[in-house]
Amino acid sequence: MNAILLIARRELAGYFRTWLGYIIIAAVLVVDGLLFNSFALGSGMDRKSTEVLSQFFFFSSGVTMIASIFISMRLLAAEREAGTVNLLLSSPVRDFEIVLGKYLAALGFLAILLGASLYMPAMVLVAGKISWGHVFAGYFGLLLLGAAALAVGTFGSAITRSQILAVILSAVMVVALLVMWWVGRVTDRPLSSVFENLALWSLHFPPFQAGIIHLRDVIYYVVVSYVALFASVRVLEARRWR
Amino acid sequence: MIEVEGLTKYYGEHAAIRDLSFTINKGEVIGFLGLNGAGKSTTLRVLGAVLLPTAGRVKIDGLDLGTEPHEVRKRIGFLPDVPPLYNEMSVGDYLGFVAQLRGVPAEEVEGRVREAEAKTTLTEMHGEIIGTLSHGYRQRVGVAQALVHRPQLLILDEPTSGLDPAQIKEMRKLIRDLRGEHTVLLSSHILPEVSQTCDRLLIIDEGKLVASGTEAELSRGSGAAVDVEIGGAIDKAKTALAGVEGVRGVEVLGATQLRVQASPELRPALVRALVGANVDVVRIDRAASQLESIFMQLTQTRSA
Repeated sequence: MNAILLIARRELAGYFRTWLGYIIIAAVLVVDGLLFNSFALGSGMDRKSTEVLSQFFFFSSGVTMIASIFISMRLLAAEREAGTVNLLLSSPVRDFEIVLGKYLAALGFLAILLGASLYMPAMVLVAGKISWGHVFAGYFGLLLLGAAALAVGTFGSAITRSQILAVILSAVMVVALLVMWWVGRVTDRPLSSVFENLALWSLHFPPFQAGIIHLRDVIYYVVVSYVALFASVRVLEARRWR
Repeated sequence: MIEVEGLTKYYGEHAAIRDLSFTINKGEVIGFLGLNGAGKSTTLRVLGAVLLPTAGRVKIDGLDLGTEPHEVRKRIGFLPDVPPLYNEMSVGDYLGFVAQLRGVPAEEVEGRVREAEAKTTLTEMHGEIIGTLSHGYRQRVGVAQALVHRPQLLILDEPTSGLDPAQIKEMRKLIRDLRGEHTVLLSSHILPEVSQTCDRLLIIDEGKLVASGTEAELSRGSGAAVDVEIGGAIDKAKTALAGVEGVRGVEVLGATQLRVQASPELRPALVRALVGANVDVVRIDRAASQLESIFMQLTQTRSA
């Protein structure tokens, strides 16, 4: 446990020791702000506050997924590129502790990133009528969706030593998970519902967006994260044999 | 301290090391010598518990690397061929992180960092960002991270690579100073370096151990040679030298220079033979870099 936190702390600090962390936060806030003005608020002033909030969570989910891929790209790929992975591998630390520590740092960074966007729903809260519950549910959903995307990104980062390649591979995997809903639409019955339920967004995120937390959605995101992280640990272990 | 038995490592179809066996005693400084691609780094990575062997057994301090890697890792400090440095961290922060990672209790970390910095003369660099350091300093930080948790065994993969002569001298002194406190295993493809710092040499070629022993032991083997400089009549000299008992070969190096493959103890006999053949002897001496020729002989028999 100690080793996990130690690795996580170093990694999280690493986001702020380099420009990467600031660039990601700045980019996300700019995009979020622009989308909030143009998209969530809409042209007229006749939109209900809950609708504005729901739209905010809608576009934030996309931004979060993209950001997660960039947040996770360096986790293991950069270690391998710089040779520092040998330090971790030769230390009395277990492989799952390395992966988990790295992942927790990324998750912590994502939480900071999401926290920085809180001012937008706060404005809605001040100017309109929305419930705290809705805000909480939406952010919880964003964190879960981001956690799943980060885990997939960690896996992408584990299988290559190039960060750019990691981004591309992770993006492909995330998109593949997203389009499962479409696969579900073009397949026949028992299969179609399997694919629809596998999809990263279409069935599982909209409830959060509307302010509803379903246990099955929470479980879905946790399972996706678990599987991706498990695979990452396996990749790390396999490399010792290679 | 280290017992290696039948160690084999395949990368796909290619065997990087084959059936390697050796033992290293506590407190020894061992030089692991081989040309590039001979399997040095692979062996050290296995001993450093980074890679798992395809076959064979490694015991470090009586603990089996295969079954108790975690315990083994607590006892070793490993410097890979590329120092594993986080460029964005300061030297002190980095060493502190490594110390904690290797299980140094939190309250002792600061002291251990200072100790490692003092040993590697990095004290003044404590607050510097690693990314801004010169190559020599980076290499020293690499050594510092390997010894910050006071491991019993230090594994250093090419600790002097890329250093300038002055830095190489410093690094040699540093390694010599580590003797006694740690068992050290270091690799190199440069001979004089290991012959000056190490108690014993292991020579590896194409993944196999071809020789081991102290420098003197190795010289006593087949590789010893004598350099002869004469006044002229090189052909006559060559025949005369070749006729001496114990001479394994004569090589013409220049118009007046010869190298005789023979033990240095044969020098008086060689002189007698030359004088008997009416050849003037200007100089006779043991071959300058004996170990070098042994090394080349041991590692290049396949190309001959």
